[in-house]
Amino acid sequence: MAGAEGDDSLYPIAVLIDELRNEDVQLRLNSIKKLSTIALALGVERTRTELLPFLTDTIYDEDEVLLALAEQLGSFTVLVGGPEFVHCLLPPLESLATVEETVVRDKAVDSLRKISQEHSPVDLEVHFVPLVKRLASGDWFTSRTSACGLFSVCYPRVSSTVKAEIRQHFRTLCSDDTPMVRRAAASKLGEFAKVLELDYVKSDIIPLFTALASDEQDSVRLLAVEAGVSIATLLPQEDLEALVMPTLRQAAEDKSWRVRYMVADKFSELQKAVGPEITKNDLVPAFQNLLKDCEAEVRAAAANKVKVFCENLPEDSRETIIMTHILPCVKELVSDTNQHVKSALASVIMGLSTILGKDNTVEHLLPLFLAQLKDECPEVRLNIISNLDCVNEVIGIRQLSQSLLPAIVELAEDAKWRVRLAIIEYMPLLAGQLGVEFFDEKLNSLCMAWLIDHVYAIREAATCNLMKLVEKFGAEWAQNTIVPKVLGMANDSNYLHRMTTLFCINALSEACGQEITTKHMLPVVLKMSTDQVANVRFNVAKSLQKIGPVLESSALQAEVKPVLEKLSTDQDMDVKYFALEAISVLALA
Amino acid sequence: METPTKLPPSSPSSPTTGFSVPSAEKVDGFPRRSMRRARQRRSHSSSQFRYQSSQVELTPLPLLKDAPVAELHDLFCKKLQQCCVLFDFLDCVADLKGKEIKRAALNELVESVATSRGVLIEPLYPEAIKMISVNIFRTLPPSENPEFDPEEDEPALEASWPHLQLVYEFFLRFLESPDFQPSLAKRYVDQKFVLQLLELFDSEDPREREYLKTILHRVYGKLLGLRAYIRKQINNIFLRFIYETERFNGVAELLEILGSIINGFALPLKSEHKQFLVRVLIPLHTAKSLSIFHAQLAYCVVQFMEKDATVTEHIIRGLLRYWPKTCTQKEVMFLGEIEEILDVIEPSQFIRVQEPLFKQIAACISSPHFQVAERALYFWNNEYILSLIEENCQVILPLVFGTLYRVSKEHWNQTIISLIYNVLKTFMEMNSKLFDDLTASYKVEKQKELKKERERVELWRNLEDLRERRLQSLTEASRNQKNLQERENTAKSQSDTSAANTT
Repeated sequence: MAGAEGDDSLYPIAVLIDELRNEDVQLRLNSIKKLSTIALALGVERTRTELLPFLTDTIYDEDEVLLALAEQLGSFTVLVGGPEFVHCLLPPLESLATVEETVVRDKAVDSLRKISQEHSPVDLEVHFVPLVKRLASGDWFTSRTSACGLFSVCYPRVSSTVKAEIRQHFRTLCSDDTPMVRRAAASKLGEFAKVLELDYVKSDIIPLFTALASDEQDSVRLLAVEAGVSIATLLPQEDLEALVMPTLRQAAEDKSWRVRYMVADKFSELQKAVGPEITKNDLVPAFQNLLKDCEAEVRAAAANKVKVFCENLPEDSRETIIMTHILPCVKELVSDTNQHVKSALASVIMGLSTILGKDNTVEHLLPLFLAQLKDECPEVRLNIISNLDCVNEVIGIRQLSQSLLPAIVELAEDAKWRVRLAIIEYMPLLAGQLGVEFFDEKLNSLCMAWLIDHVYAIREAATCNLMKLVEKFGAEWAQNTIVPKVLGMANDSNYLHRMTTLFCINALSEACGQEITTKHMLPVVLKMSTDQVANVRFNVAKSLQKIGPVLESSALQAEVKPVLEKLSTDQDMDVKYFALEAISVLALA
Repeated sequence: METPTKLPPSSPSSPTTGFSVPSAEKVDGFPRRSMRRARQRRSHSSSQFRYQSSQVELTPLPLLKDAPVAELHDLFCKKLQQCCVLFDFLDCVADLKGKEIKRAALNELVESVATSRGVLIEPLYPEAIKMISVNIFRTLPPSENPEFDPEEDEPALEASWPHLQLVYEFFLRFLESPDFQPSLAKRYVDQKFVLQLLELFDSEDPREREYLKTILHRVYGKLLGLRAYIRKQINNIFLRFIYETERFNGVAELLEILGSIINGFALPLKSEHKQFLVRVLIPLHTAKSLSIFHAQLAYCVVQFMEKDATVTEHIIRGLLRYWPKTCTQKEVMFLGEIEEILDVIEPSQFIRVQEPLFKQIAACISSPHFQVAERALYFWNNEYILSLIEENCQVILPLVFGTLYRVSKEHWNQTIISLIYNVLKTFMEMNSKLFDDLTASYKVEKQKELKKERERVELWRNLEDLRERRLQSLTEASRNQKNLQERENTAKSQSDTSAANTT
């Protein structure tokens, strides 16, 4: 301990500060990121008296350095001597909370919020609250913006006089001259409302909410929507109608699509917050309007919420509301002009079948699914196919399978390889639902065709797909259906296809088990060791390494070893390399 | 008092769009994004028609030029009201007759305001402004393409342009009419009106922005009471663009207006204006889409310098602070702007910034991207800059010598190497003594640098060690404390139990 203390003299603060001031930004950044090392080296007292004043006074730097600093200071409490001294961190964070760059400022506010919890109630009033007030009345908009995020963390722990002051400051910022500050205030309104006493929510927050929700700038109004949701959860049911609903109704009809979009986007939260009665009377018509909005962005956002909205409808009237109010809109959206709207709908529409039950699904939803399965946009079709499990539970997939097949085949042959890739990923799921017979009959050939796709990513995915199918249908099925075809490709004239055989064997050996691997696969692999293409030969070495553990040990010694030994003397250096690697991994040396 | 100068002549009636994509003939083998997207143009109704109830049928009114003088104003007013009806242009066959009637009426209004005197009487002001507001103020639709890149993609053109253009034309003629009386107009063209006008600058349609630019400039010129407000709102738009959204289509147009506003600033500069330079114009350089408005931005910056040379240091240090780290294309733009600034810099100001500036220039010269290095080396072809360098050779040469020497041996690009030889030659002629000294001490300096670097590494290693030891002693201390506490606790509980036993 004494020795460590003695070391201090080695590091006069000046040396460390030189590091923090290094001309090279990268080096400066590195030093700042190791600020805790410096602080530990200095000890708590010198950190408080020497390092922090330096950081407060002299750091004027690139935003990236400031960002790192703002982040570090959030977890600096121990390094300045614990909660007792945590207020020492306030001055540098205060100046960081006023800089221009939003990222830095936000990080400084995060850190301030974090260390506010480490202040004792007394320190909070003596040190922290004055800082918040200074920021809230700063000249330039940046400091006032930062202040907005700090009210809610100190409010619960201060005296009622200070509480009143804090509320006053927040009110002022909500009607600030610059829209940037009003936006910041609007985005923190909900959070602030949560820590206020209910009476003040009604007397203070509601007027602010109403004012922000009718701001001249739509960027402010749309933030008020989210606040409205939080406020609604705080109020007793009987006050909702008078205090928040008029404003929310107005937001759902706002002339700016951005505001309407926000309403659509927050619709499920809103529904939860206002409860079943208001949902039935107000939200259902509002939701219908959003589904029919003239802007595609709004329709897409609303379409995304169809399932959750229906799910959370009050049980007594759920089915009626869906059938008479929601479904007609949904039907229109199926043939929307905008593909984003359709694909948003396709990603949730299948979920309705569990809510509506078998008969309604067959009668009303099935035609929609089928229409979407034939949609011109592949994304729509994919979204339907990827959600088949919901329908499967309700009506069984057979109902769909006739229409499904053409859709799958078309996607499987889509010109865009990413679409093909996506459908491959759903194959194991589909196979599980459609059953082995249907699969053998209709889809097996597709799965084999992907193995000779001209895009490597597809061949790779197809290989992996086969493995999953075998896991599902078992080794016997594999031996009868896939293995012969895979092994047949070993004689293909295209070396890429011959390599695919090897990749398939790598993937399948474990799932197929020792017997099939030793009896059927190994001979093919061994035979390929004399291939004229070096790439095939070194992949043989790699395959042998991979399947070695699955093989019978006698085969390993008798058949694999001689082949690998021969390959290890190959004229191609890659073949040699992989052969030697396999020999050492399989311990055949 | 500020006197806005005329905008560069660009007749709005034949807007020269800034949208000639120079890279149209890229031969990179990749289909352009805009071409791929062109096919999926959407067709849906515009937000504008949400609240217009059933469409009104228009009936043609008599021609203005045939109207007797006594009825002229009344007819003019009726035509203005007629033009408040909006038409759906996305449905191109809907109500063709109505569209034609409105087009003709607008044409007449434009011509009348432009050519005849005495038409603009007081009662027409509210009607005219109402007609303009109804037509142009609307929530701009969402961009068709969420990643709209103004450099790459074709802008979405406003479908109702056939009418909208005439409304803008009317507005412009109205403002430019010799009969126009600002004292009457200011009652209707108020802050709220201007705010909505500014929001329209976000339009993707370059034709619309071109009109807006000219119109806002006229408003700024004629309605003096709105000037401070307009400047403040433009500030807000820019700040939001820089720090919140990074998207606003009209930055270049607004900067163009500001360029001429700055030109009219009175001296000495007000602190509001300096603040605008330091806190808005300079940070605008950080925008991702800088290339779209860089010319206009650099113009504004240079205007400030020409007004008041004392802002030079703020500007240069600001640019150095925001110097691009990874985007070489932007780096070339920054170098271009620096050259424009150096072109008009006062020698006394140059001395104040030469050190940080030439450190950055040296860093650019050693850039592996040859365009950056080349752009920096071109400074030595500029007579005025060369004369500044020569005067301050004692300071500058040591700053750049090491880089020049090293890069002349290492750079992969032959052009750069030959440019550097020329620069070295120039320096040699400027001050051969200093040049020889630096050449001689180059190796020693290198050694010193290496030594310093080793010391740095050493320092950090020791710091790490120290930290380890501190951490260890801290955990030890806390463990000891814990043990102590536990011992106390057990002792206490023992004494408690013994106490309990005794009672």
